Parts: sequence; structure tokens; C-alpha cells
Amino acid sequence: MSKVAVFNQCPGSEVRAESPLAHLASIKGGSSLVVTEHAFLGHLILRGQADNESLKAAVQSVIGVELPLQPLTLALNETTGASVQWLSPDEWLLILPAGQEYDVEQNLRQQISGHFSIVNVGGGQTLLRLTGSKVFDLLSKSCVYDVHERNFPVGKGVSTTFAKATAIIRRPNEQEWELVIRRSFSDYCYRWIADAGREFDLTFTV
Amino acid sequence: MLHIFCPYCGEHREEAEFRPKGQAHIARPLSPEQCSDEEWADYLFFRDNPRGIHHELWVHATGCRKFFNVTRHTVSYEILETYKMGEKPKVTAESLAKGGRS
Repeated sequence: MSKVAVFNQCPGSEVRAESPLAHLASIKGGSSLVVTEHAFLGHLILRGQADNESLKAAVQSVIGVELPLQPLTLALNETTGASVQWLSPDEWLLILPAGQEYDVEQNLRQQISGHFSIVNVGGGQTLLRLTGSKVFDLLSKSCVYDVHERNFPVGKGVSTTFAKATAIIRRPNEQEWELVIRRSFSDYCYRWIADAGREFDLTFTV
Repeated sequence: MLHIFCPYCGEHREEAEFRPKGQAHIARPLSPEQCSDEEWADYLFFRDNPRGIHHELWVHATGCRKFFNVTRHTVSYEILETYKMGEKPKVTAESLAKGGRS
């Protein structure tokens, strides 16, 4: 149990929250490429030693998945929708359903001992979900990373560049791809996707 | 464009994901106050500029954000190996002179 002061960063329903893409318009198109923003999810960065048993046990009991220790892997809890992604040998990204981040952070802090840190980064990034038959075409023309099936199987997540901006590309299941983009780059990424997706009859919901 | 193997991610990535951080294996003097001005200036400012094998520090800036070491040939730009922090290089100018691969 750490003695770090933690406060609930979610202001509640009285304060109007705005997604990083709130100032942009949705785009109506076909179903071959559908991009949907999932704003206000709980994003936590967990850091600690991979051989810390209490860290592994806490993630298992609080999130309900095993802490991914293999590089570039993603662990999903299908029931709750929470996910844990390997970012570096001592760093993981937790994405939780909206509103759970405060409770999860407190539960993790109670159960982890030793040297660790948890930071709520939900205000700094947002998640886009991409579906449709043309997602591969959009991604492969937007980033240098090889997103082909043979290099990017389901359950992989990489931190790389998307249209020269830092982004996390994830593949939680066969139908969907996820892009975790920075708030400060969200306007740029929106405009990039809107332009790059025009030839695929893009639908973008913000 | 270099194609660099990140020893932490376990994959080759594009050069644009990395940043070079200069010469590797520079040891800070254990007692700086005992150093002469020349020794301290040598530690702070003077770097090797070899023609051939060079051990460098790189950071995987948009990936895992870890620092690691790269052994690169400064003439051909060939990357002979990458290895994690704290490890020693397998390929060195001496090992190549003894008949290792070039």
C-alpha cells in the first residue's frame, strides 16, 4: 500500500466533458471503412518491475487478465472490456471502461508493493476504433510499420508512428483495429484519416 | 533509411522511430572533484570519431522509449549488432581485427 495522494480526476456529470475531437464533424460514408472515437475511457500507465510478484497478482485480481510480459502483446478481458498492453519491459497501458479508472487505480495501489507508479493519462490521449474491409489499406498507407496479417496477428499492440505522429496501433480481435492517439495530435490525425480514407468512402463518428 | 533492431521490442523498426544519442559506454568519473580540468573536460565534451566500428547510444523514441547500444560501421553505416544497456558489445574493432566478420 503506497502513501501517494490520489484524487479522482473524473469531474462527474455536472461538468461537461469534451472529447479531443469535439470541434470536428462526423463524416458520413459507407461501411468499408468505419472509424469511431471512443472518448473518455480510462487510460492508466502502470510502471514497475516485471519480476514483482505483487504487481502481477494485482493486475490479475483487479483487471482479471494476466500481465503481458511478452513484448508487443495485448491482454483483453472480454467480459469487462478492459485491456492491458505491454509498452516496454517495465511499462504497461491499461485501458478501462469509462469511469472505472479511479477505483482501479486505488485497488492496484492497495495491492502492489515495492517500487511502482500508476499515472492517469486519460486526459492526454483518445482511442479510435477502426472496422471494415479497408482498414488494412488505410493503415498501410499511413504508417511505415508492417500491418500485414503475418506480422500483425490478433492480440498484438505496438507503439509506433501513424502519419509521423506517435500512436499505438492495436489489434484486439479479427474485426477491429484500435489507434490510441495523443490529444494534441488528434486534430491532425482526424484530418489525415479523413483525407486518406476518402478513396475508401470513410465513415468517421466523433 | 536504417532498419534498426530494438533489443527490447525484439523487432526491426524504421530509423524514424529512433534518436541517436552519441557515443556509448562513457563512464562518469567516480570522484569528479579529484579530476583535473583536462580529465573532466574530456569526459564532458570530447568524443571519439572513429573511421570504422563505433559503439553508439540510441533511444527507441516512439516505441518502448528505452535506451540501447548500437555497433555501427561509420563508413558503410552497417549496423553490426544492437544490445541492451549494461551489456558489453560482441563486435568490436579488436574482434574484427582478429578475424571476425567485417
